Amino acid sequence: MVEPLLSVTGLLKRFGGLVATDNVSLDVREGEIHALIGPNGAGKTTLVHQLTGQLAPDAGSVRFAGLDITRLATPQRARLGMARSYQITSVLRDFTAEDNVAIAVQAHRGHSFRFFADARHDASLRVPARAGLAAVGLDARADTLAANLSHGEQRQLEIAMALAGAPRLLLLDEPMAGMGPDESQRMIALLAGLKERRGILLIEHDMEAVFRLADRITVLVYGRAIATGTPDEIRRDPAVREAYLGDEAMPC
Amino acid sequence: MIQALRTRRGLVVIALAALAIALPLLTQAFDQRYLLSIGTRVVIWSIAAASLNLILGYGGMVSFGHAVFFGIGGYAVGILGHHGVVLGWVQWPVGVLAAALWAAAIGALSLRTRGVYFIMITLAFSQLVYYVGVGLEAYGADDGLNISRSRFPGLIDLRDRAAFYWLCLALLGLVLWFSARFANSHFGFVLRGAKSNDVRMASLGFPVFRYRLAAFTISGALGGLSGVLLANHDAYISPAMMSWVKSGDLIVIVVLGGMGTVFGPVWGTVAFFVLEESLKPVIDLFRKGWGEYWQIVFGPILILIALYAKGGIDSLLGGRRDGGGGHG
Repeated sequence: MVEPLLSVTGLLKRFGGLVATDNVSLDVREGEIHALIGPNGAGKTTLVHQLTGQLAPDAGSVRFAGLDITRLATPQRARLGMARSYQITSVLRDFTAEDNVAIAVQAHRGHSFRFFADARHDASLRVPARAGLAAVGLDARADTLAANLSHGEQRQLEIAMALAGAPRLLLLDEPMAGMGPDESQRMIALLAGLKERRGILLIEHDMEAVFRLADRITVLVYGRAIATGTPDEIRRDPAVREAYLGDEAMPC
Repeated sequence: MIQALRTRRGLVVIALAALAIALPLLTQAFDQRYLLSIGTRVVIWSIAAASLNLILGYGGMVSFGHAVFFGIGGYAVGILGHHGVVLGWVQWPVGVLAAALWAAAIGALSLRTRGVYFIMITLAFSQLVYYVGVGLEAYGADDGLNISRSRFPGLIDLRDRAAFYWLCLALLGLVLWFSARFANSHFGFVLRGAKSNDVRMASLGFPVFRYRLAAFTISGALGGLSGVLLANHDAYISPAMMSWVKSGDLIVIVVLGGMGTVFGPVWGTVAFFVLEESLKPVIDLFRKGWGEYWQIVFGPILILIALYAKGGIDSLLGGRRDGGGGHG
């Protein structure tokens, strides 16, 4: 069997007496969207932080693209092909939209200890940056400061930044948070086209989006993965209904 | 050059550069040698401020110990000279390298902290060097040491005040040229990105600490150069060169001039010296002896600039061409 792109085994993280990640195992295969759902405080973002290296787990391992990356620092993981977007929008607010994507492209072009060449007119950064903006539909806003973009546009910009390095794994932490219905629909269409040749771990509260996009779903409650399966299996799972979804919240 | 004439900033820069180049001739014509000395100090402090601007302005690192590099550069010249090593070709590289090494060492430790802790730890390290200077009995301790100026046989005599001034001015030009390239370079983009959002930069794949450390080291090296020049100007070194007050003055200058702009450190230095030199006699006019307390007036002026000209003096010259990340 082919090894999954990302496999998490027995991950454990404690904050004092609180077990934020309780022996979680899951994997993300190439070409699939694996959604991670769970009520607020279930430990979804804490889990993502351990995948990107911002938090060190107390036990367990993370393998990515055939390597044990449990002890690697965040930038090293990023250069292996792991990109993320943040639950709370995290862009470079003082940079233009284009500069935001250009710096993301630059991150994958070897070291940046270059003190003299003009990065503002470096075609090897600018051309892919503009293409990346066009891919998320932001090409008209290239010269706008990120701080002046609308909330939805900033979310789109984050996706463009995450895609800039042609990552093999995308960790998307609530990409639809705070979006209006129209913006959400556009984001769903965008995400659906992204899973070719890569894996996506999607954290999302918008159940309509999750059930439309996900190939598999893992449900996290109080730090524990209580179920993993296809959207149909999750929908039928009594434990999930009990713990989380509630009958009225079930999309049909 | 032609293009520069089209913007207000370009005109001001060219006019001020012309005045700066002609300054020794003017001070000689009007027999005001004191003014040339102030002019030289302004140029040297501008170099120091520009070096601080690299980390403070572009990198957002509030280093509260930058005057330590005045001291390291200065003491390299003074101590070597004291032991008979008078060649500038030796003294100057030693001064710059010593400053770079010290910057790399304290950077490696202090850049692991953030915010107020970074400010305090850089201050603490500079105080450490200050008290080492105070303890150096062999080199005058608290009283400092009169030194002879560096020798560049057959090239330039640093005792010639005009020649020395022009040398400093040329070096300032080089430092500003470097700043401008630096700001828009790949490295500069990473540094400014890390100032804007360092967590994001790390998750994009940049080992932010390494870039900051490199910037800190370059900044220290150029700070060391300004110390070498200051010692040669004063023909005197003392621990006072690196007191924390001087470090604070440098921060004020960079903020006043406009953080993260190429020429801001120069505007800031000029404004600082002009205010210092003019406020003292003006206040003395009103009440004899009160000129010493010129900062009572200087403080409110700073507050006004902080409130109403966020981008510092440079922002008064029109839209920003550099820094930020904006185009145009």
